[in-house]
Amino acid sequence: MQLVVLIKQTFDTEEKIELANGAVAEDGVKFIMNPYDEYALEEALRLREAHGGSVTVVSCGTDRATETLRTALAMGADEAVLIAQDGLPDDGSAVAAVLATAVRELKPDLVLAGLFAVDRGAGSIALQVAERLGLPSASAVLKLSVEDGGGAAGGQAASRASWGGGDGRIAVAERDTEWGVETVAIPLPALITAQQGLNEPRYPSLPGIMKAKRKPLRQLGAAELGLDAAALAPRTERASLLPPPARAAGRKLSGAPAEQAEQLAELLQREAKLF
Amino acid sequence: MTDTTVKALVYAECLDGKLRRVALEALGAARLLAGDGGSVHAVLVGGGPGAALQEAAAELAARGAGVVHVVDDPALAGFAPEAYAAAIGAAVAAAQPSIIVLGHTAAGRELAPRVAAGIGGGHVADVTAIEPGGDGGAAALLTRPLYAGKAFEQRRFLPGAPQVITVRPNNLPVAEPVAPGGEGWIAALPYQAPPLWTVVRGIARKAGGTVDLAEADVIVAGGRGVRSPEGFAPLAALAEVLGGAVGASRGACDAGYCDYALQIGQTGKTVTPKLYIACGISGAIQHLAGMSQSRVIVAINKDPEAPIFGVADYGIVGDLFEVVPLLTQRFRTLFNKTG
Ligand SMILES: Cc1cc2nc3c(=O)[nH]c(=O)nc-3n(C[C@H](O)[C@H](O)[C@H](O)COP(=O)(O)OP(=O)(O)OC[C@H]3O[C@@H](n4cnc5c(N)ncnc54)[C@H](O)[C@@H]3O)c2cc1C
Repeated sequence: MQLVVLIKQTFDTEEKIELANGAVAEDGVKFIMNPYDEYALEEALRLREAHGGSVTVVSCGTDRATETLRTALAMGADEAVLIAQDGLPDDGSAVAAVLATAVRELKPDLVLAGLFAVDRGAGSIALQVAERLGLPSASAVLKLSVEDGGGAAGGQAASRASWGGGDGRIAVAERDTEWGVETVAIPLPALITAQQGLNEPRYPSLPGIMKAKRKPLRQLGAAELGLDAAALAPRTERASLLPPPARAAGRKLSGAPAEQAEQLAELLQREAKLF
Repeated sequence: MTDTTVKALVYAECLDGKLRRVALEALGAARLLAGDGGSVHAVLVGGGPGAALQEAAAELAARGAGVVHVVDDPALAGFAPEAYAAAIGAAVAAAQPSIIVLGHTAAGRELAPRVAAGIGGGHVADVTAIEPGGDGGAAALLTRPLYAGKAFEQRRFLPGAPQVITVRPNNLPVAEPVAPGGEGWIAALPYQAPPLWTVVRGIARKAGGTVDLAEADVIVAGGRGVRSPEGFAPLAALAEVLGGAVGASRGACDAGYCDYALQIGQTGKTVTPKLYIACGISGAIQHLAGMSQSRVIVAINKDPEAPIFGVADYGIVGDLFEVVPLLTQRFRTLFNKTG
């Protein structure tokens, strides 16, 4: 089974965000693999262990993202592809166009991504990739298996992936929604996004780290993917960057617990005008 | 002077046969973006018994949707994203809007990227505030959080790009009713379901609280300090009296006291209720990112040095197992007296 995992390098979640000269300051910041992408990668590694095949991690980022891709290789991915973000507009649709083109060439049976990246938090790009490639999708997946059957035999339409693939198999996914945990079956090739709880990602082992140094990591420019200017044209732009609104200092309530509870109820009603 | 072009289309999401409040917030956003002269359409999607689309349609028409396109088809009984996206696509074809607004919900987050990629548009996600662009042709400024609220950006669409926007629940005002006589009309929209990929095999409904975290006005959240799954019971009781939902820190989720679905923070849900009560939560930076935009924050923690007090409007240094039941009792009496 050909597995492709979309990976983004993000700020460590411990980092404070400092704004300087209209940008987020990156000096001295620790970078990590987007935590949701770790779940996606771990799941891909487990699927490979169960079904055979290979895992390719794909990222669109700066040179610095090679560190994160090496971590992915050390965890057990077979190959990595880094598409230079340099020269691309700051817009999700351009990144989606680039990733879709790179993924198509890899002819995956299953594409895995994180539910969202903890920096931008939009959760849009992976699903834009699915739409561009004609792939079914299941988002916010908590549990995943790949099974034979279903598909056309079960009256289920085939994936529209241009490369065929999938071998008539289906992905069965439990996903986290606002209406409950929903179990869906979708035909492969497909895309899923990983929700927290899907698995417990492994740490890279020492031999894994050694091996990762020799694994292939291809670096490409967006131009090498043969995308035209229209596909890469930005649809949106950032107009400004702002710190969060400051919160006025609060106060601690005193007295015995019963008095504190009474005061709080009173303050919420009269001062905060909540009830 | 009548401008017949449709400016904006709203995907009006229903949950359990009822229009969600975020659908009315999306309608409000669409009316704001369309401006005084621009007309706004809505599309309602569902199928099968219990969809109750007519009631929802009437409400949308009364709140400023010029036309409510109703797509009622058995293929839409379960949430098959491809079928829902196609239904929105049918409404886009009928109305030719330049702006499409959805809620930033489980369904909206799934549909908006597909709709945007399908029409070659851009997607600005998780919008928390809107400054309309005005008649001079300036683009509207759309505020959205970065790093779950550690910073914010304002984005705008570039000229000519179809615009897809998802709005975060609980942040924008709902569309107000229009003057009597100004109601829109309701029309069934012809729809041919695409070949279906998604087979919904089952839904395990969430136990307990029916109030959704993202839309809750009040959230009572527990951390590692609740000490056990049972420790959430007093929090649930308080949430019930206040008509709110129960949330959690990752500490509580990791410890197995509750589901990850309840997790609030940078790698969980970002919430903006009117009132957030943090019980036994220390206030790690990842947690603060997800809740510090709440209107009023209350912290209950044994440790006077806990960082959560740094963002709390009201702090109680004390044992949550003592304080929370007292609060529940207090509110119960208050509400019985006043209402
Ligand atoms: C990559 C990554 C992502 C993360 N994402 C998130 C996220 O999205 N959301 C999140 O919440 N965390 C997240 N975390 C975890 C975060 O760093 C903290 O570990 C976590 O928030 C701590 O949870 P807590 O406050 O419940 O537990 P603790 O930090 O252990 O705090 C427990 C608190 O309870 C108090 N307490 C104990 N008993 C009582 C009592 N009887 N009455 C009153 N108070 C009591 C204690 O004084 C203490 O302050 C993330 C971490 C990482 C590494």
